[in-house]
Amino acid sequence: MREDLLADLRAMWRIRAFEEKAQALCDSGEIRGSVHLCIGQEAGPVGACDALEGSDALFATYRGHGWAIARGAPLRPLMAELLGRATGVNGGRGGSAYLSAPEHGFHGENSIVGAGAPIAVGAALAGRYDGTHRVAMTVFGDGAMNQGSVHEAMNFAAAARLPVLFLCENNRWSELTPIRETVHNETLTDRPAALGMPAVRIDGNNPAVVRETVSDLVEAAREGGGPAFVELSTQRLVGHYVGDPQLYRTREELAADREREPIAVAVRRLAEAGVDEGEIEEARSSAFAEVERAVQDALADPPASRGSVREHIYA
Amino acid sequence: MPDDEIIKVNYSGAVNAALRRVLAEVPQTLLYGEDVAKPGGVHGVTKGLWKEFGERVFDTPISESAILGSAVGAAMMGRRPIVEIMWADFFLVALDQMINQAANVRYVSGGRLTAPLVVRTQQGNSPGACAQHSQNLEALFLHVPGLRVAMPSTPQDAYDTMVSAVYCDDPVVVFDNRTLYFGEKQEIVTGRPPAPVGGSLRRRSGSAATVVTWGAITHRVLTAADRLAERGVRVTVIELPWLNPFDGDAVIDSVSRTDGRLAVVHEANVTAGFGAEVVARVAEAGVLRGRPVRIGVPDSRIPASPELAAALIPDVDRITMEVGRLAGE
Ligand SMILES: Cc1ncc(C[n+]2csc(CCOP(=O)(O)OP(=O)(O)O)c2C)c(N)n1
Repeated sequence: MREDLLADLRAMWRIRAFEEKAQALCDSGEIRGSVHLCIGQEAGPVGACDALEGSDALFATYRGHGWAIARGAPLRPLMAELLGRATGVNGGRGGSAYLSAPEHGFHGENSIVGAGAPIAVGAALAGRYDGTHRVAMTVFGDGAMNQGSVHEAMNFAAAARLPVLFLCENNRWSELTPIRETVHNETLTDRPAALGMPAVRIDGNNPAVVRETVSDLVEAAREGGGPAFVELSTQRLVGHYVGDPQLYRTREELAADREREPIAVAVRRLAEAGVDEGEIEEARSSAFAEVERAVQDALADPPASRGSVREHIYA
Repeated sequence: MPDDEIIKVNYSGAVNAALRRVLAEVPQTLLYGEDVAKPGGVHGVTKGLWKEFGERVFDTPISESAILGSAVGAAMMGRRPIVEIMWADFFLVALDQMINQAANVRYVSGGRLTAPLVVRTQQGNSPGACAQHSQNLEALFLHVPGLRVAMPSTPQDAYDTMVSAVYCDDPVVVFDNRTLYFGEKQEIVTGRPPAPVGGSLRRRSGSAATVVTWGAITHRVLTAADRLAERGVRVTVIELPWLNPFDGDAVIDSVSRTDGRLAVVHEANVTAGFGAEVVARVAEAGVLRGRPVRIGVPDSRIPASPELAAALIPDVDRITMEVGRLAGE
C-alpha cells in the first residue's frame, strides 16, 4: 500500500507541477487565452486512467490537462501545445482546451459542455463493429449533467448496452454558480440509475478508491454489462479559468477544500504510515524537476508557422 | 420613461444600462441565463441587475435548449424574456429552439402567436480563445426568416439596439463581440424612445468606393478609411448595426454614388458569409461596376495560438491595401 500510495502521489504531483507551471506561464504572458486548470482534481485522472487499456478511448473536457497526462501523453508536446509551438501535440491549433493525443488513447478535450458524452457513445459503438470492444470513457463536470446531450448519451448507451463509462467530476461549481442552485435533487447518481445503469458516488480525492471502482465497472462494461456512471466527489482549488478572481467563493470553503484535496490527503496518509519526510520530498521534487525540464524544452521549441495555418481543414 | 440623459460608459456598461432601463420600463421583461444573475455575467455585463430587479433576473442550469425553449414559451405567454447564450458557439447545441421554434411561431400561427424574445450573445476571436469559442456565426441566423439580427459595435449602438430589440415584436438575436466589452468609456444618450429595428450608419463619406461592414471589425475598417483619406482616397463606410432587417437601399444608393465600387469587410468566413449576400443584392440592383471585393477570414477553422489566429483575421493593413486597390490606388 505504501509503494502504491507513493506512486499515486508522484503521478498527482506531475499533474500539479504541470498545472502550476501553466499558471505561471499564463501570468507571464507566455501562454495566452483561455486555460482551465485541474488543481485539486488530480486523483480522478490518476486513478481512472489505470482502468483503461491502450485501445480504449478517453474524451475529456477543457479541464483536461490531467487526463492527457494520466493517459500517458508526454509532457513536452503537451506544454508546447499550450505555448502555441509547432511541436505541440496539435501544432498550436488546439491549445489548452483541445489537447489530443490519440496514440495514447486520449481522444481529445472539448470546450462545449457535455459534447463529449455522445461522442464517447460513438467510440464504443465503433468498437462493437470493429471487434475491439473498446471501452469509451467520457469525463464531464457536475454542471454538464444538465445538458441534454449528456442525458441523451446516457440513455443511448444504456439502451444499446454499450461499454461507456460516464465519469462526472463533481467539484460543486459550474463556472461561477454552485450546483445546488441549478439542480433540485443533488443526488446526481439518481439520473443514470433511472436510465438503467450502475451509478455510484465515491471519494474522488482518493486515487486508489477511484482506481478500484472504475476498474470494476470498466471490466463489467467490457464483458457486455453496458454503461456505468461514477460521480467523483472532488474540488478545484483554483478559479474556473486562469484569471478568475473567485469572488463567489468564501475563504472558509477554500480552506476546507485544501484540507481534503488529494495531494494533502496522500501526504498525510504517508506520514501516518511512517514514510519519512525525505522520501516524500524526493517524490515531490523529482516530479517538479521532470516538468521543469519538459517546460524548458517546450519553451525552446519554434512557434507554429503562420504559413501552416490553413492546413488540416480538409483531408 | 427616463428623459434624455448623457452617461459615460464603455460597451459593456452600455449594454448594462440598456438592460437596466428595459427591466425598469417593461414589467414583462425577464433576464436569465448561465451565471448572469448573482455572478453578474462572465464578462460582467449584467452586473448589479439581480440585486435591483430580484426574481426577474436569475441564473439557470447549463441547459441551452431549456433556456431558449423556455424563452419561446414565456414570450408566447406575454413575457419579454431576454436570455443570454454565453458564447455564440453554444447556440449550436440548441438551434432547434431558435430556428425551428422561435422563428416559426408567428408564421405558422398566422400571426396569432408571437415569440418576442431577445437573445444576447457574444462572438468573435480574441487572443487564445479556443476553436469552439471563436466563431462568427451571424450568417447562420441571417439565413432564417423570422429572426431579427443585430451586431452593434459602439456603446451608443449597443444601448440603442438592445432597447429596440426588447421593444421589437419578433425574436431578436443581438451579437456582441467580446473584444469590444472593455473598450473606452464614451458619452452615450439614454432615455430616447426606442427606435424601430433596422437602418444603417454612414461612418465616413467619400466617393472613391463604398465599404460595407458590421461588428467589431468596423473599427479596423474606419482606421483603414482614415489612412486612405490621409492619402487623398476618401471612401464611404456604411456600418450595419442591424443585419436583419438589412438596409439594402442605403448600400445600393451609396454604391451607385461611388462609381459602382463595393467592398464588404467582415470577421466571419468568406464563403456564404453575409458579405456574399450584400454583393449579390448590389449586383442585382445593377449598380456594380468592376469587381466587388470581399474581405473576411479565408474559410478556416480558428487556431488556438494567437499568432496563428492573427494570420487569418483581416487587419488594418490588409483592409487598407485591398480597399485602396479597389479605389484605384
Ligand atoms: C454548451 C455550453 N454551454 C456553456 C458553456 C460555458 N461553460 C464553460 S465551462 C462551464 C461550467 C461547466 O461546469 P461543470 O460541468 O461543472 O465542469 P467544471 O468546469 O466544473 O469542470 C460553462 C457554463 C460551454 N462551454 N458550453
